[in-house]
Amino acid sequence: MYKNMFIILLLAGFGLLLGSFLLTHHEYLSLPQLPAYYADNTAPEVGAANVVTAVVVTYRGFDTLGEVTILFVAASLIAMFLKHSKAPRHDRHPRPSSVILSTSQKLLFPLIVLFGAYVFANGHLTPGGGFQGGAIIATGFLLLLMANPQAEFKHGLLNAIESISGTSYVIIGILGAILGLGFLDNRFISLGQLGTLFSAGAIPVIYSLIGLKVGAELSNILHHLNEVQNEE
Amino acid sequence: MITIILAIVLGLVMISMAIAALTAYRVRAAVLASGIVSLIASIIYLLLAAPDVAMTEAAIGSGLTTIIFFYVLNKIRRSDV
Repeated sequence: MYKNMFIILLLAGFGLLLGSFLLTHHEYLSLPQLPAYYADNTAPEVGAANVVTAVVVTYRGFDTLGEVTILFVAASLIAMFLKHSKAPRHDRHPRPSSVILSTSQKLLFPLIVLFGAYVFANGHLTPGGGFQGGAIIATGFLLLLMANPQAEFKHGLLNAIESISGTSYVIIGILGAILGLGFLDNRFISLGQLGTLFSAGAIPVIYSLIGLKVGAELSNILHHLNEVQNEE
Repeated sequence: MITIILAIVLGLVMISMAIAALTAYRVRAAVLASGIVSLIASIIYLLLAAPDVAMTEAAIGSGLTTIIFFYVLNKIRRSDV
């Protein structure tokens, strides 16, 4: 009884909140101050065609470093708790995956990884960026693991990619502080022409490093989860 | 106009999938329904002109999270029978 009352009260509260938002909502005819600043000054200041990327990597670059750190800590904790025991494991005999899955995996895996690399390398031109590209690469590895669950990744390689790109990201940030205007400033490499692949200073470098790092981390998490499925 | 109709239809499907995820008897069906909620959310982000968010939602929300749920479910079943 009290539970139902509580639920109804909660729903009424939500309705009130959303209703008041809807009643007072009106469309902005021009951009508010902060978005207008970004829209006007991104191209001359940062040289990135994609405003979202400019905000994420340069204007709010420190937040992105924090997000990457959070992801790194999460991946390390998962690796710690799901440590693969060296004891002889009971070999799991999963059902062989269907012909459709295994054949399409062979075709799609390189394409998905290529698309992920495209998304993070073109983060300053087209929608997407390091996190999106890394997540797309991880879905490619997920497809690989689903098609053959006994697949083994090279943990050492993944860890090396992850740590090297993470360290280089911070080093580029410090280089920006020394050679440019501040930590994670992208203007110490020449901005180039707006809209070309080699433009926007350090943004493509930073986003490629983030993409590699996120892709390696998520693939590592998936592989750890897949490995412990074999244990009893 | 057609965008608004598409958005309303997608929103209705999304809400019904969310209710299905809450009330489903089998956990597997609930996980799949929540994956569909994420998938439709990513299409709605695309309609709202936020392709960056849509990409993340499609890859992580509907791809990785669903499979991680299945991995964990499989693990729980095996150790908790």
